[in-house]
Amino acid sequence: MIIDYPTLKIIWWLLVGVLLVGFAIMDGHDMGVGTLLPFVGKNDTERRVIINTVGPHWDGNQVWFITGGGAIFAAWPIVYATAFSGFYWAMLAVLWALFFRPVGFDYRSKIDNPTWRKTWDWGLFIGGAVPPLIFGVAFGNLLQGVPFHFDSTLVPYYTGSFWGLLNPFALLAGVVSTAMITFHGAIYLAHRTEGAIQARSIRAAQIFGVLMVVGFTFAGLWIANGSFGYAITSAIDPSALPNPMAKLVAREPGAWFANYRQAPLTMLVPALAYAGALAALWLVTKRRTLAAFVASAFAIVGVIGTAGVSMFPFVMPSSTDPQFSLTVWDAVSSHLTLTIMFWATIIFMPIIVMYTSWAYKVMAGKVTTAYIRENEHSAY
Amino acid sequence: MLSEQLVDLSRLQFAATAMYHFLFVPLTIGMVWMLVIMESAYVMTGKLVYKDMTRFWGKLFGINFALGVTTGITLEFQFGTNWAYYSHYVGDIFGAPLAIEGLMAFFLESTFIGLFFFGWDRLSKQQHLLVTILMAVGTNLSALWILIANGWMQNPVGSEFSYETMRMEMTNFWTVVFNPVAQGKFVHTVSAGYVTGAMFVLSISAWYLLRGRDTEFAKRSFRIAAAFGFASVCSVIVLGDESGYALGEAQQTKLAAMEAMWETEPAPASFNLIAIPNEEEMKNDFAIHIPWAMGIIGTRSFDKELPGLNDILAKNRERIVTGVEAVKLLERLRADPTDLALRDAFDQVKADLGFGLLLKKYVASMDEVTPELIDRAARDTIPRVTPLFWTFRIMVALGFAMLALFGLALWYSVKGDFAERRWLLWWALLFLPMPWISCEMGWFVAEYGRQPWTIYGVLPTHLSVSTLTVNSLYGSLAGFVGFYTLLLIVEMYLMIKFARQGPGSLGTGRYMNETAHA
Repeated sequence: MIIDYPTLKIIWWLLVGVLLVGFAIMDGHDMGVGTLLPFVGKNDTERRVIINTVGPHWDGNQVWFITGGGAIFAAWPIVYATAFSGFYWAMLAVLWALFFRPVGFDYRSKIDNPTWRKTWDWGLFIGGAVPPLIFGVAFGNLLQGVPFHFDSTLVPYYTGSFWGLLNPFALLAGVVSTAMITFHGAIYLAHRTEGAIQARSIRAAQIFGVLMVVGFTFAGLWIANGSFGYAITSAIDPSALPNPMAKLVAREPGAWFANYRQAPLTMLVPALAYAGALAALWLVTKRRTLAAFVASAFAIVGVIGTAGVSMFPFVMPSSTDPQFSLTVWDAVSSHLTLTIMFWATIIFMPIIVMYTSWAYKVMAGKVTTAYIRENEHSAY
Repeated sequence: MLSEQLVDLSRLQFAATAMYHFLFVPLTIGMVWMLVIMESAYVMTGKLVYKDMTRFWGKLFGINFALGVTTGITLEFQFGTNWAYYSHYVGDIFGAPLAIEGLMAFFLESTFIGLFFFGWDRLSKQQHLLVTILMAVGTNLSALWILIANGWMQNPVGSEFSYETMRMEMTNFWTVVFNPVAQGKFVHTVSAGYVTGAMFVLSISAWYLLRGRDTEFAKRSFRIAAAFGFASVCSVIVLGDESGYALGEAQQTKLAAMEAMWETEPAPASFNLIAIPNEEEMKNDFAIHIPWAMGIIGTRSFDKELPGLNDILAKNRERIVTGVEAVKLLERLRADPTDLALRDAFDQVKADLGFGLLLKKYVASMDEVTPELIDRAARDTIPRVTPLFWTFRIMVALGFAMLALFGLALWYSVKGDFAERRWLLWWALLFLPMPWISCEMGWFVAEYGRQPWTIYGVLPTHLSVSTLTVNSLYGSLAGFVGFYTLLLIVEMYLMIKFARQGPGSLGTGRYMNETAHA
């Protein structure tokens, strides 16, 4: 089946969204658990319980991140090139924070020494807290526009600094993202544990859930009253060969609300963020943890979806040279590559979901202190 | 123009992090099949010792795997962070196998490794074996897709340059997948991984036997490693030899460089066993030849010629001259994409576009090009011969030494008296680092031999980098060196600790050195 180029460009915007949301839901709950580890686990056994709730799964979940990166490379190569090189130090901070996870999980409990174990606990904290914080900050900067331009051969130049990324709005976006991921992780932890750990997880979920809702609202109000937003002012030919320098773009405050005005149905996306978060808060308080986990997953779809829908068709607006902004129409791969990647995703994604579900089913049930005692040598 | 220092530091960082990553990859690739063999033996015989073997060697496998995962993410990040223009220019082709690797292979491997470690009590014997097999399949498929991407860098098939989008675009996906260079590389690389896994088990088992401890466990492990290692080392040598190097120009240049073949000889060419290459004068000051050998190995025939470096250089010089025209035409075409006459003229010469781009190292505009600069750019297309010549010889020599070791280990395993032959056990123990040295040498030949290109004939290395500051590079390089040193110390410490403790670390009560609270 041949899908035409404009449709594929839209499909790929959706698929990148699916992969990012998949990453946030799957790897996100592991990261949330990592962030909570030093605070919810009061002693070594409790911490081992916490780590072992994600022990068999974190590795598979992390592949959402790697595949997401690969898919952006394949489908939006110039976005991958511009964003990764422009956000150089931010990306390295994510990378170096991620270093602590594989070794933290696998090495921590292999040596029975309190200092060793506590060090890795904080390593897992860094690996859990830093990536969502930086991804939030990155989204905050995308919404405002990023200082970059191209020369005539499409070499990207980033003209901002690392510290420039840490502006107030971006930090707010970072807080929303970290709160969202920690909320989700806390609910997962409540689902897989019992007793005191579960009670503390529920309290953490309540705190971070409220923080997320408040932060998300604040960010929305900021955009409504702030000065950002971009709009394409020239005619768009969705089937044109991608050339990010061929259009005209204006900086237009309030433009990030244009899509909601034009297609009011899209307001369901931010509504989903609220509905999911509030439902998850209520359900986790009632100890209906599995339903709460599903609800907070929907909240994640809503939050990330809101950022995406607000900016559509922009992916990475340029603040210094808006006409060089990268959009779903002009930052994509060739028709052939998008087609191949589409089929690869459509074939393999359901298979991945199937065996991942099976893995969770095999390992289902509460992780308890008794389990840790019985599996002294094999558990994390 | 980009500073040469930025280019050099970017190369250094990629080379260092890639070679570091490859300290962990081959062991994972090889060990995972050893685990499949051991666990299959457990499922078929029901003997607990095979289960213990799977779990103990699996533990060491896990320690290694953690760092493989950690350092693998660096490589995916680095294409974007440090090689932005490369990512834009070839992402349309190169990105696809990387993404498919995630979807098809890495998810499989990473999901089932969790069940491999945590699923022993929750899965039936057969289910667990299936999990182990799927983990192995995932690992090897992962290598396949990564090497398809790498193979395309050496032999860029199935794609062409588009002046509208200013990048390379895929024209045929299956040509990229079935690129013969990629397929040859895959077989050679995974076989080298199998040898690494086998050597690891062979060496540590030999050490237990030398110490006279956990003998039954060590003997069984040694035998499996000897058989698996012998088959694998044969595969590395037979399937991975230079036959693949006759394909594609990048490979021919590399072959001529690593064999120090300056002149084209009448077929079949002789083989330089030992030589002292003289880079200045482009000849060998001294060489010991074996007549005919090179031609037969390289072309599998008596009548096909292998081009020498001087002929390759002359041909490349012509391509650079055409390439300069291609760059000029491209600039005009970019300014006026509707000019069809210009487009037709560009299409005539665009195959040499990459060769023209080599001059961008020296001049910003093609109007400044002089014949001397063309000579210099042509000389750049010949990689330095001496390092390639020697690293290749070290790799091959170690390969044959390992063939001898595994051959004898298998011979005495069949005879059944290997445990009494201490010289063999010592040999096995001392050879522990050899597969790693060979693997690193092999990658050095493959990638250093591709210079000055990132994509042979398409994109020069010096144009591929991100427009970062030199200070950013110093900073990140220092960070990588710091983190990687620390991680290596921690990994080696754990690896040595558990290898020393041996199967007793499982806490089953059946072995020496049981942990106190077992």
